[in-house]
Amino acid sequence: MITMPDSTVWLVIVLLGVGTFLIRFSFLGLIGDRDLPPWILRALRYTPVAVLPGLVAPLVLWPAATNGEPDATRLVTAAVTLAVGMITKNLVAGILSGAGAFYLMTWLVG
Amino acid sequence: MQGDAMKYTMGRQYFDGLRYGAPFMFMVVPFSILFGVVATEAGLDLLQTMVMTMLVVAGASQFAAIQQMVDNAPVVMVLATAFAVNMRMAMYSASLVPYLGKAKLWQRALVAYLLVDQSAAVANDKFEKEPDMPIPLKIIYLMGVLTPIVPVWFLFTLIGALVGSSIPDGFGIDFAVPLTFIALFAPMLKTLAHVAAAATSVVFTLLLSFIPYGLGLIVAAVIAMAVGSLVEVWMARRQVP
Repeated sequence: MITMPDSTVWLVIVLLGVGTFLIRFSFLGLIGDRDLPPWILRALRYTPVAVLPGLVAPLVLWPAATNGEPDATRLVTAAVTLAVGMITKNLVAGILSGAGAFYLMTWLVG
Repeated sequence: MQGDAMKYTMGRQYFDGLRYGAPFMFMVVPFSILFGVVATEAGLDLLQTMVMTMLVVAGASQFAAIQQMVDNAPVVMVLATAFAVNMRMAMYSASLVPYLGKAKLWQRALVAYLLVDQSAAVANDKFEKEPDMPIPLKIIYLMGVLTPIVPVWFLFTLIGALVGSSIPDGFGIDFAVPLTFIALFAPMLKTLAHVAAAATSVVFTLLLSFIPYGLGLIVAAVIAMAVGSLVEVWMARRQVP
Protein backbone atom coordinates (compact mmCIF):
# COMPACT_ATOMS: atom_id res chain seq x y z
CA MET A 1 0.00 0.00 0.00
CA ILE A 2 1.11 3.56 -0.73
CA THR A 3 1.72 5.33 2.56
CA MET A 4 2.88 8.73 1.28
CA PRO A 5 0.56 11.68 1.98
CA ASP A 6 -2.07 12.63 -0.60
CA SER A 7 -0.31 15.87 -1.47
CA THR A 8 2.87 13.92 -2.35
CA VAL A 9 0.90 11.52 -4.53
CA TRP A 10 -0.57 14.51 -6.41
CA LEU A 11 2.89 16.02 -6.77
CA VAL A 12 4.16 12.76 -8.30
CA ILE A 13 1.19 12.58 -10.70
CA VAL A 14 1.57 16.15 -11.98
CA LEU A 15 5.38 16.04 -12.32
CA LEU A 16 5.15 12.65 -14.02
CA GLY A 17 2.65 14.04 -16.53
CA VAL A 18 4.69 17.17 -17.27
CA GLY A 19 8.00 15.33 -17.49
CA THR A 20 6.62 12.59 -19.74
CA PHE A 21 5.19 15.22 -22.07
CA LEU A 22 8.58 16.96 -22.23
CA ILE A 23 10.29 13.64 -23.12
CA ARG A 24 7.77 13.07 -25.93
CA PHE A 25 7.96 16.68 -27.09
CA SER A 26 11.78 16.78 -26.92
CA PHE A 27 12.85 16.10 -30.48
CA LEU A 28 9.58 16.97 -32.22
CA GLY A 29 9.24 20.23 -30.37
CA LEU A 30 12.70 21.62 -29.85
CA ILE A 31 14.90 20.04 -32.46
CA GLY A 32 12.41 20.35 -35.31
CA ASP A 33 13.92 18.98 -38.50
CA ARG A 34 17.60 19.10 -37.57
CA ASP A 35 19.50 15.82 -37.83
CA LEU A 36 20.64 13.79 -34.84
CA PRO A 37 23.97 12.02 -34.43
CA PRO A 38 23.50 8.36 -35.42
CA TRP A 39 25.04 7.04 -32.17
CA ILE A 40 22.32 8.79 -30.14
CA LEU A 41 19.57 7.30 -32.31
CA ARG A 42 21.19 3.89 -32.01
CA ALA A 43 21.40 4.06 -28.21
CA LEU A 44 17.82 5.36 -27.92
CA ARG A 45 16.61 2.30 -29.82
CA TYR A 46 17.65 0.12 -26.88
CA THR A 47 15.90 2.09 -24.14
CA PRO A 48 12.93 -0.26 -23.61
CA VAL A 49 15.04 -3.43 -23.46
CA ALA A 50 17.62 -1.66 -21.28
CA VAL A 51 15.08 -0.51 -18.69
CA LEU A 52 12.21 -3.01 -18.45
CA PRO A 53 14.22 -6.24 -17.80
CA GLY A 54 16.20 -4.55 -15.02
CA LEU A 55 13.02 -3.18 -13.51
CA VAL A 56 11.51 -6.66 -13.44
CA ALA A 57 14.48 -8.78 -12.33
CA PRO A 58 14.41 -8.00 -8.57
CA LEU A 59 10.60 -8.28 -8.52
CA VAL A 60 10.90 -11.80 -9.97
CA LEU A 61 13.85 -12.99 -7.87
CA TRP A 62 13.03 -11.32 -4.57
CA PRO A 63 9.23 -10.77 -4.52
CA ALA A 64 7.84 -8.62 -1.71
CA ALA A 65 4.88 -11.00 -1.34
CA THR A 66 7.23 -13.75 -0.06
CA ASN A 67 9.35 -11.32 1.98
CA GLY A 68 12.10 -11.41 -0.62
CA GLU A 69 12.48 -15.21 -0.74
CA PRO A 70 12.80 -16.64 -4.29
CA ASP A 71 9.58 -18.48 -5.07
CA ALA A 72 8.95 -21.24 -7.64
CA THR A 73 5.54 -19.89 -8.70
CA ARG A 74 6.91 -16.50 -9.64
CA LEU A 75 10.03 -17.89 -11.35
CA VAL A 76 7.96 -20.28 -13.50
CA THR A 77 5.44 -17.53 -14.30
CA ALA A 78 8.24 -15.20 -15.44
CA ALA A 79 9.87 -17.92 -17.58
CA VAL A 80 6.57 -18.85 -19.26
CA THR A 81 5.68 -15.20 -19.96
CA LEU A 82 9.13 -14.51 -21.41
CA ALA A 83 9.13 -17.63 -23.61
CA VAL A 84 5.58 -17.13 -24.93
CA GLY A 85 6.24 -13.43 -25.51
CA MET A 86 9.44 -14.11 -27.43
CA ILE A 87 7.87 -16.85 -29.57
CA THR A 88 4.50 -15.27 -30.34
CA LYS A 89 5.70 -11.61 -30.26
CA ASN A 90 2.29 -10.87 -28.79
CA LEU A 91 1.70 -8.91 -25.58
CA VAL A 92 -1.71 -10.37 -24.80
CA ALA A 93 -0.52 -13.96 -25.38
CA GLY A 94 2.36 -13.30 -22.96
CA ILE A 95 0.10 -11.84 -20.27
CA LEU A 96 -2.55 -14.56 -20.54
CA SER A 97 -0.09 -17.47 -20.53
CA GLY A 98 1.77 -15.87 -17.61
CA ALA A 99 -1.48 -15.46 -15.67
CA GLY A 100 -2.38 -19.07 -16.50
CA ALA A 101 1.01 -20.28 -15.28
CA PHE A 102 0.69 -18.23 -12.08
CA TYR A 103 -2.69 -19.67 -11.09
CA LEU A 104 -1.73 -23.20 -12.16
CA MET A 105 1.46 -23.03 -10.05
CA THR A 106 -0.44 -21.53 -7.10
CA TRP A 107 -2.92 -24.41 -7.33
CA LEU A 108 -0.14 -27.07 -7.65
CA VAL A 109 2.32 -25.72 -5.08
CA GLY A 110 -0.20 -24.06 -2.81
CA MET B 1 -15.30 20.44 -55.53
CA GLN B 2 -11.76 20.71 -54.31
CA GLY B 3 -13.00 21.02 -50.73
CA ASP B 4 -15.03 17.84 -51.16
CA ALA B 5 -12.05 15.98 -52.58
CA MET B 6 -9.96 17.12 -49.62
CA LYS B 7 -12.64 16.05 -47.15
CA TYR B 8 -12.87 12.66 -48.79
CA THR B 9 -9.12 12.22 -48.59
CA MET B 10 -9.04 13.28 -44.94
CA GLY B 11 -11.90 10.91 -44.10
CA ARG B 12 -10.10 8.17 -45.91
CA GLN B 13 -6.84 8.78 -44.09
CA TYR B 14 -8.65 8.80 -40.76
CA PHE B 15 -10.34 5.51 -41.62
CA ASP B 16 -7.04 3.97 -42.78
CA GLY B 17 -5.45 4.97 -39.49
CA LEU B 18 -8.40 3.59 -37.56
CA ARG B 19 -8.02 0.26 -39.33
CA TYR B 20 -4.34 0.01 -38.42
CA GLY B 21 -5.00 1.04 -34.82
CA ALA B 22 -7.99 -1.25 -34.17
CA PRO B 23 -6.12 -4.53 -33.43
CA PHE B 24 -4.21 -2.82 -30.61
CA MET B 25 -7.46 -2.65 -28.64
CA PHE B 26 -6.94 -6.30 -27.77
CA MET B 27 -3.86 -5.38 -25.76
CA VAL B 28 -4.96 -1.94 -24.56
CA VAL B 29 -8.15 -3.24 -22.92
CA PRO B 30 -6.59 -5.85 -20.56
CA PHE B 31 -3.53 -3.64 -19.93
CA SER B 32 -5.64 -0.62 -18.92
CA ILE B 33 -8.02 -2.67 -16.76
CA LEU B 34 -4.93 -4.07 -15.02
CA PHE B 35 -3.58 -0.57 -14.41
CA GLY B 36 -6.88 0.58 -12.91
CA VAL B 37 -6.90 -2.49 -10.65
CA VAL B 38 -3.24 -2.18 -9.59
CA ALA B 39 -3.43 1.58 -8.95
CA THR B 40 -6.51 1.35 -6.74
CA GLU B 41 -5.19 -1.77 -4.97
CA ALA B 42 -2.03 0.22 -4.20
CA GLY B 43 -4.15 2.89 -2.57
CA LEU B 44 -4.72 5.61 -5.19
CA ASP B 45 -8.28 6.93 -5.24
CA LEU B 46 -10.38 7.03 -8.41
CA LEU B 47 -9.57 10.66 -9.21
CA GLN B 48 -5.81 10.17 -8.73
CA THR B 49 -5.85 7.06 -10.91
CA MET B 50 -7.72 8.79 -13.74
CA VAL B 51 -5.74 12.04 -13.61
CA MET B 52 -2.51 10.03 -13.69
CA THR B 53 -3.68 8.01 -16.68
CA MET B 54 -4.90 11.07 -18.61
CA LEU B 55 -1.83 13.22 -17.89
CA VAL B 56 0.83 10.54 -18.36
CA VAL B 57 -0.73 8.27 -21.06
CA ALA B 58 2.16 5.80 -20.70
CA GLY B 59 1.17 2.51 -19.07
CA ALA B 60 4.57 1.02 -18.34
CA SER B 61 5.82 4.13 -16.53
CA GLN B 62 2.56 4.41 -14.59
CA PHE B 63 3.05 0.84 -13.33
CA ALA B 64 6.67 1.68 -12.49
CA ALA B 65 5.64 4.80 -10.55
CA ILE B 66 3.01 2.85 -8.58
CA GLN B 67 5.58 0.14 -7.76
CA GLN B 68 8.10 2.74 -6.53
CA MET B 69 5.43 4.50 -4.43
CA VAL B 70 4.40 1.19 -2.86
CA ASP B 71 8.11 0.63 -2.04
CA ASN B 72 8.05 4.04 -0.33
CA ALA B 73 10.77 5.51 -2.57
CA PRO B 74 11.37 9.27 -2.35
CA VAL B 75 9.58 11.40 -4.96
CA VAL B 76 12.79 12.00 -6.91
CA MET B 77 13.34 8.26 -7.35
CA VAL B 78 9.69 7.56 -8.25
CA LEU B 79 10.03 10.14 -11.02
CA ALA B 80 13.50 9.01 -12.15
CA THR B 81 12.35 5.40 -12.55
CA ALA B 82 9.21 6.35 -14.47
CA PHE B 83 11.16 8.74 -16.70
CA ALA B 84 13.77 6.03 -17.35
CA VAL B 85 10.96 3.77 -18.56
CA ASN B 86 9.69 6.61 -20.78
CA MET B 87 13.02 7.56 -22.31
CA ARG B 88 12.14 5.41 -25.31
CA MET B 89 9.55 8.08 -26.12
CA ALA B 90 12.44 10.40 -26.93
CA MET B 91 13.40 7.89 -29.60
CA TYR B 92 9.86 7.87 -31.02
CA SER B 93 9.85 11.65 -30.93
CA ALA B 94 13.14 11.71 -32.86
CA SER B 95 11.84 9.11 -35.33
CA LEU B 96 8.84 11.31 -36.27
CA VAL B 97 10.93 14.46 -36.82
CA PRO B 98 11.67 13.73 -40.51
CA TYR B 99 7.91 13.45 -41.19
CA LEU B 100 6.32 15.93 -38.78
CA GLY B 101 9.20 18.29 -37.90
CA LYS B 102 7.64 21.02 -40.08
CA ALA B 103 4.11 20.68 -38.66
CA LYS B 104 2.60 23.57 -36.66
CA LEU B 105 3.66 23.82 -33.03
CA TRP B 106 0.22 22.86 -31.67
CA GLN B 107 0.14 19.85 -33.99
CA ARG B 108 3.55 18.70 -32.79
CA ALA B 109 2.45 19.23 -29.18
CA LEU B 110 -0.70 17.14 -29.78
CA VAL B 111 1.30 14.34 -31.44
CA ALA B 112 3.78 14.46 -28.54
CA TYR B 113 1.06 14.20 -25.87
CA LEU B 114 -0.40 11.17 -27.64
CA LEU B 115 2.89 9.49 -28.58
CA VAL B 116 2.68 5.77 -27.68
CA ASP B 117 4.58 2.67 -28.77
CA GLN B 118 1.97 1.49 -31.29
CA SER B 119 1.23 4.83 -32.93
CA ALA B 120 4.92 5.61 -33.36
CA ALA B 121 5.57 2.24 -34.97
CA VAL B 122 2.55 2.33 -37.30
CA ALA B 123 3.03 5.97 -38.26
CA ASN B 124 6.70 5.50 -39.08
CA ASP B 125 5.80 2.52 -41.22
CA LYS B 126 3.14 4.48 -43.14
CA PHE B 127 5.07 7.75 -43.50
CA GLU B 128 8.17 5.96 -44.72
CA LYS B 129 6.11 4.37 -47.52
CA GLU B 130 4.31 7.62 -48.41
CA PRO B 131 6.79 10.46 -47.95
CA ASP B 132 4.75 12.86 -50.15
CA MET B 133 1.69 12.74 -47.90
CA PRO B 134 0.83 16.33 -46.80
CA ILE B 135 1.38 17.04 -43.10
CA PRO B 136 -2.32 17.64 -42.20
CA LEU B 137 -3.17 14.23 -43.66
CA LYS B 138 -0.37 12.61 -41.66
CA ILE B 139 -1.80 14.14 -38.48
CA ILE B 140 -5.31 12.93 -39.38
CA TYR B 141 -3.95 9.47 -40.10
CA LEU B 142 -2.18 9.42 -36.73
CA MET B 143 -5.38 10.48 -34.94
CA GLY B 144 -7.13 7.57 -36.67
CA VAL B 145 -4.50 5.14 -35.36
CA LEU B 146 -4.84 6.60 -31.85
CA THR B 147 -8.63 6.57 -31.64
CA PRO B 148 -8.91 2.87 -30.70
CA ILE B 149 -5.90 3.22 -28.36
CA VAL B 150 -5.95 6.34 -26.16
CA PRO B 151 -9.70 6.84 -25.43
CA VAL B 152 -9.97 3.08 -24.92
CA TRP B 153 -7.02 3.24 -22.49
CA PHE B 154 -8.83 5.94 -20.46
CA LEU B 155 -12.20 4.16 -20.43
CA PHE B 156 -10.88 0.77 -19.38
CA THR B 157 -8.57 2.25 -16.74
CA LEU B 158 -11.76 3.69 -15.24
CA ILE B 159 -13.47 0.29 -15.40
CA GLY B 160 -10.42 -1.39 -13.84
CA ALA B 161 -10.32 1.23 -11.09
CA LEU B 162 -14.01 0.72 -10.32
CA VAL B 163 -13.62 -3.08 -10.27
CA GLY B 164 -10.24 -3.00 -8.51
CA SER B 165 -11.58 -1.67 -5.21
CA SER B 166 -13.77 -4.79 -4.95
CA ILE B 167 -10.94 -7.32 -5.53
CA PRO B 168 -9.77 -8.75 -2.19
CA ASP B 169 -6.10 -8.49 -1.15
CA GLY B 170 -3.73 -11.42 -1.67
CA PHE B 171 -5.14 -12.42 -5.05
CA GLY B 172 -1.64 -12.60 -6.56
CA ILE B 173 -2.21 -9.18 -8.13
CA ASP B 174 1.26 -8.18 -6.86
CA PHE B 175 2.78 -10.20 -9.68
CA ALA B 176 0.59 -8.64 -12.38
CA VAL B 177 3.03 -5.76 -12.82
CA PRO B 178 6.27 -7.73 -13.40
CA LEU B 179 4.30 -10.16 -15.57
CA THR B 180 3.02 -7.32 -17.77
CA PHE B 181 6.51 -5.83 -18.08
CA ILE B 182 7.97 -9.17 -19.20
CA ALA B 183 5.17 -9.58 -21.74
CA LEU B 184 5.92 -6.03 -22.98
CA PHE B 185 9.64 -6.43 -23.58
CA ALA B 186 9.77 -10.12 -24.63
CA PRO B 187 8.54 -9.41 -28.20
CA MET B 188 11.29 -6.77 -28.52
CA LEU B 189 14.08 -9.35 -28.07
CA LYS B 190 14.44 -9.91 -31.79
CA THR B 191 18.19 -9.42 -32.35
CA LEU B 192 21.35 -10.44 -30.49
CA ALA B 193 21.89 -6.76 -29.65
CA HIS B 194 18.46 -6.52 -27.98
CA VAL B 195 19.06 -9.75 -26.03
CA ALA B 196 22.51 -8.50 -24.95
CA ALA B 197 21.03 -5.19 -23.78
CA ALA B 198 18.29 -7.00 -21.82
CA ALA B 199 20.75 -9.42 -20.19
CA THR B 200 23.09 -6.54 -19.27
CA SER B 201 20.17 -4.67 -17.75
CA VAL B 202 19.24 -7.65 -15.56
CA VAL B 203 22.80 -8.46 -14.44
CA PHE B 204 23.74 -4.88 -13.56
CA THR B 205 20.44 -4.08 -11.82
CA LEU B 206 20.96 -7.15 -9.59
CA LEU B 207 24.66 -6.33 -8.99
CA LEU B 208 23.81 -2.72 -8.17
CA SER B 209 20.72 -3.51 -6.09
CA PHE B 210 22.53 -2.30 -2.96
CA ILE B 211 22.07 1.24 -4.29
CA PRO B 212 18.71 2.42 -2.92
CA TYR B 213 15.50 3.39 -4.77
CA GLY B 214 16.19 2.15 -8.25
CA LEU B 215 19.21 4.36 -8.88
CA GLY B 216 21.10 1.17 -9.76
CA LEU B 217 18.47 0.52 -12.43
CA ILE B 218 19.25 3.79 -14.17
CA VAL B 219 23.00 3.11 -14.14
CA ALA B 220 22.31 -0.41 -15.44
CA ALA B 221 20.05 0.96 -18.20
CA VAL B 222 22.75 3.32 -19.46
CA ILE B 223 25.30 0.46 -19.54
CA ALA B 224 22.74 -1.79 -21.28
CA MET B 225 22.05 0.85 -23.97
CA ALA B 226 25.77 1.11 -24.62
CA VAL B 227 26.09 -2.70 -24.83
CA GLY B 228 23.13 -2.92 -27.24
CA SER B 229 24.67 -0.24 -29.47
CA LEU B 230 28.10 -1.88 -29.43
CA VAL B 231 26.73 -5.34 -30.26
CA GLU B 232 24.70 -3.83 -33.12
CA VAL B 233 27.79 -2.12 -34.57
CA TRP B 234 29.84 -5.29 -34.08
CA MET B 235 27.20 -7.47 -35.80
CA ALA B 236 26.92 -5.05 -38.74
CA ARG B 237 30.69 -5.06 -39.16
CA ARG B 238 30.85 -8.87 -39.17
CA GLN B 239 28.37 -9.05 -42.04
CA VAL B 240 30.59 -6.88 -44.24
CA PRO B 241 33.52 -9.05 -45.47
